[in-house]
Amino acid sequence: MIRVILPAHLRTLARVDGEVSLAVSAPVTIRTVLDALEARHPMLLGTIRDAVTGERRPFLRFFVCSEDWSHGAEDRPLPLPVCTGSEPLIVLGAIAGG
Amino acid sequence: MSGVRVLVGTKKGAFLLTADANRQAWTVDGPHFGGWEIYHLAGSPVDPNRLYASQSSGWFGQIIQRSGDGGRTWEPMGNQFVYEGETGTHQWYDGTPHPWEFKRVWHLEPSLHDPDTVYAGVEDAAIFRSTDGAKTWTELPGLRQHSTGSRWQPGAGGMCLHTIVLDAVDPQRIFVAISAAGAFRTDDGGETWRPINRGLRSEFLPEQEAEVGHCVHRIAMHPSRPNVLFMQKHWDVMRSDDAGDSWREVSGNLPVDFGFPIAVHAHEPDTIYVVPIKSDSEHFPPEGKLRVYRSRTGGMEWEALTKGLPQSDCYVNVLRDAMAVDRLDECGIYFGTSGGQVYVSPNGGDDWQCIVHDLPPVLSVEVQTLP
Repeated sequence: MIRVILPAHLRTLARVDGEVSLAVSAPVTIRTVLDALEARHPMLLGTIRDAVTGERRPFLRFFVCSEDWSHGAEDRPLPLPVCTGSEPLIVLGAIAGG
Repeated sequence: MSGVRVLVGTKKGAFLLTADANRQAWTVDGPHFGGWEIYHLAGSPVDPNRLYASQSSGWFGQIIQRSGDGGRTWEPMGNQFVYEGETGTHQWYDGTPHPWEFKRVWHLEPSLHDPDTVYAGVEDAAIFRSTDGAKTWTELPGLRQHSTGSRWQPGAGGMCLHTIVLDAVDPQRIFVAISAAGAFRTDDGGETWRPINRGLRSEFLPEQEAEVGHCVHRIAMHPSRPNVLFMQKHWDVMRSDDAGDSWREVSGNLPVDFGFPIAVHAHEPDTIYVVPIKSDSEHFPPEGKLRVYRSRTGGMEWEALTKGLPQSDCYVNVLRDAMAVDRLDECGIYFGTSGGQVYVSPNGGDDWQCIVHDLPPVLSVEVQTLP
């Protein structure tokens, strides 16, 4: 199972506590994980990436195994620790605003 | 009529304030959607338990929420607002062409006849309609694609369609207002639109009486008299007696004719309310005195309403969607401030009291009169 950690506001919106666990068929990429996440929780459509263009929303980041995968890595295969569930895919909101 | 429910949108969530018809003892429920900007909430006139809310965030974009039980529980609905056809460009702040980009829903206007039909005014300016209870949204593109659209430009708050007024007599007629393009009207249910800005004068425009480009802040109408419109413009309070075909200034003896909201008494079509604000840059009440001004003559002659409102050291603003009236026998007037206060006058403006005084900055106030 793929583990996804969402920002608190999106956990509230999706009505989930803690992490989300998803079964994702290969290839396991950020795009296919988010596809599975939005299929399970359709209220998240448009909140992480634009519903039309598919582009990541500007104030969000994707962290994978302590690396920033936010830029142009949507179709890059996620590393084994994420695929096996030992490491999560982290969707992080920027520290900004008031 | 047994009571009222006040729907308050703030910068950090939604609040529902309820009271019986005396409007003295209030229950405050919230925050709903804590931490999110709630630009507007609105209830269906034909089903008061059906509520819609515009929830948005710079991080996570636009969400539309719907309630079927008067706001006790909510359900996220459709949030795809896609411009129809060629997107086109409008003017940017520097005068260069800029493509239309959806940013947020400023205003929701439920149909007067069908609880599943609701209109949305959005930034960048366009009007959308849902006929399935906000599950899906379709633009009425004739407005954005009007021949003047490429000349529209944003005000300081963005290029937002913030006002939608439905005609209670003619269901094909809708009025909208856009900052800073002006007012527009459709007479065919939203297929085609035309600017209705004749008589408006804006000193910040090179052609001061131009067809478009006016910063209209709010339009109000009494449902029994749909040809009479009142407008709070960036400067000037205006009146039209021909459904917007022409306007005349009715600022009269106001201490300053700048402001954001304007509202009409529920039972007296010529009694109107504004909140004068010092501008261009201060955006707080003149002399630090929070005063609502009432005209019982449809404009020109105004009286200050101050009893119960702070008359010293008050430096809040009242935004365009943050004033409303109820329909109880003795009409109640409500407004919310950038300082987080929501005030009510249960007697048409004569006396005021603060319902709550420490909410986040208030973006919108609507009132439902409950059976």
